Amino acid sequence: MDVIFKSIFSTVFFYTILRVATPLIFVSMAALIVRKGGIMCIAFEGMMLFAALGGVIGSALTQNLFVGLLLGTIFGVTIAMIFAYFVLVLQSNNVLTGLALNILGSGGTVFLLFALTGEKGTSSSLRSLQVPHWNIPIIKDIPILGEIISGHNLFTYLAFLTVILVYILVYKTRLGLRIRSVGENPQAAESVGIKVIRTKVISLLIGGLIASFGGMYMSMGYLPFFTRDMMSGRGFIGIAAQNLGGGIPLNTMLSAMLFGSAEAVSNVFQSLRLPSEFVQMLPYIVTIVGLISIGGVKKESKSKIKRIKEIKESTHE
Amino acid sequence: MINKIENQFKFIRIAISISIALLLAFLIISFVSKDPLFAMYNLIIGPFENIRRVGNIVELMIPLLFTGVGVSIMYSAGQINMASEGAFFLGGVAAAYVSVTFLLPYGIHPVVAMIAGGLIGGLIGLIPAILFVKFKALPVVSSLMLNYISYFLGMYVIHYIIFDPETGYLSSFLYKETAILPKLFSVTRIHWGLVIGLIVVVLGYLFLKKSKWGYAIRMIGMNPNFAQYSGINVGFYILLCQLIGGAIAGIGGAVEQLGMYSRFQYQKLSGHGFDGVLVAILANYNPKFVPLAAFFIAYVRVGADVMARNSDVPIEIVSIIQAVIIVFVASERFLAGWKHRKIVKASQERFASEEA
Repeated sequence: MDVIFKSIFSTVFFYTILRVATPLIFVSMAALIVRKGGIMCIAFEGMMLFAALGGVIGSALTQNLFVGLLLGTIFGVTIAMIFAYFVLVLQSNNVLTGLALNILGSGGTVFLLFALTGEKGTSSSLRSLQVPHWNIPIIKDIPILGEIISGHNLFTYLAFLTVILVYILVYKTRLGLRIRSVGENPQAAESVGIKVIRTKVISLLIGGLIASFGGMYMSMGYLPFFTRDMMSGRGFIGIAAQNLGGGIPLNTMLSAMLFGSAEAVSNVFQSLRLPSEFVQMLPYIVTIVGLISIGGVKKESKSKIKRIKEIKESTHE
Repeated sequence: MINKIENQFKFIRIAISISIALLLAFLIISFVSKDPLFAMYNLIIGPFENIRRVGNIVELMIPLLFTGVGVSIMYSAGQINMASEGAFFLGGVAAAYVSVTFLLPYGIHPVVAMIAGGLIGGLIGLIPAILFVKFKALPVVSSLMLNYISYFLGMYVIHYIIFDPETGYLSSFLYKETAILPKLFSVTRIHWGLVIGLIVVVLGYLFLKKSKWGYAIRMIGMNPNFAQYSGINVGFYILLCQLIGGAIAGIGGAVEQLGMYSRFQYQKLSGHGFDGVLVAILANYNPKFVPLAAFFIAYVRVGADVMARNSDVPIEIVSIIQAVIIVFVASERFLAGWKHRKIVKASQERFASEEA
């Protein structure tokens, strides 16, 4: 027990939380933008897998990090656009389309990897590049704080920057207002001249872009190579974090970090050789509990609406 | 008349979706393979080349009968519940536990194992439904999370309760001989699960398409508000059909273990539950067509396997084919213009004949 506490209340543990929460923050922000546009998309897993592989292929073939990032982004956004075409134009069932694209992501990436390298498990034979780590000047010398927040992968800092950018985009720009109005009331939005489908496509485009960064972090930061099915449900946890955060960027980020902490705790247990199965369940159990609690919150807001109506009626009388 | 066109249209759309997927697969094969014609020959003709491979198709099809019927029942109420995957896995684990630890006579042992699998599967199917009915938690997300929980729970049972340390890898003890489902034919590995699966298909069809409960469930799937107003207890029926669907998937997991394996050796989720979704979509959520859809999927699998072993195209081509089929079949507007014209024409003819 003592060992567990020592492992959990250490700087390494908090460093790990930020490290494992990075992809979750990216996906949850992607899910948030897409959800604001009124789209139920579960295809993030597929987007991230393709982006992760694209980043590895691009950087390995050209030995240029930026080409890698560009190719990864193109791969991820392509999946998002396929989703957009089928769901928005052909009016396909969104959940089934998302499921199909996740299947495509799982098998298609392995297929592509095999066609390029002759290997199926990992891309370790490709000499792909990694995004560098960054020791923040000054902060890195502060005793505890420096150990926790300095020396992360650049993607980690980008993830937190993304939260701010998403907040600004959604609440402070015209595009954000359009995305929200399309998501909340498409008919009303259309009546004031907003192009509904186009706006939804844009929100998917941005969502795909952010999710791609989450995917590329996995193969170019978290691990130095691509492995098959390496997202292991992170795309779905991101959706859950967005749900738990109630569509508010800051809360969504905190939810993603909560899921990250559950994962970090399970890592500690695994390294201590305790029966890890139950701890490995933890992130998923937390997600379900999170989903339940959102349901509870919604009920509360219903009762609020009722109360407001009652007040209105009493003032009319 | 219009109903007939709707049904006809659904079949044509599924057929065209499959054709598009196969065409795309050929295109990809001709890009990546050095000898594309040989690869395609293996994919299409390979599965029928000898009796053993035909047997493989049927063996692969058996678990899909269960998950296909299970998912058809679950989705008929409009619930996108992915828990069939976890239900199938834990159903297998429960059957493994019963087969390893219980001492029962021939005939009764597999039945008890299947009941155990069905109970745990039903429970897994039920949880997302309860969360949805009680707390409005999105079943897609909660069921996917539940699959991971089911996986770790199952691995815990295998790892700490019925773990056989002598095999050198993570697996259970050997199943007792009394629990094994006997083979039907001597040449292939086709087992009694086929018969059980076909019984499940028939019962599933009767339940979903011919019973009062099935009618209520389908009505909820079409329009939950209307069902609610016409006095149907929506919450109850959603729970009922998710329970039944999960239980069928769980029995499927048990049958697969007892028919195909001598010890539990899955290292990850088997994917049969997700395949069940695909089968159910192809069967248009009608258990009657599940055997056909399951046979087709199993055929493509065996074909891809034969191709992967004889040529240079990896088996993952299957997932590309599956994804393409799903997106086109699930598309409302795909070929809708054609259907529209057909319906207009039929109505005009009818008007003309009525006037005459």
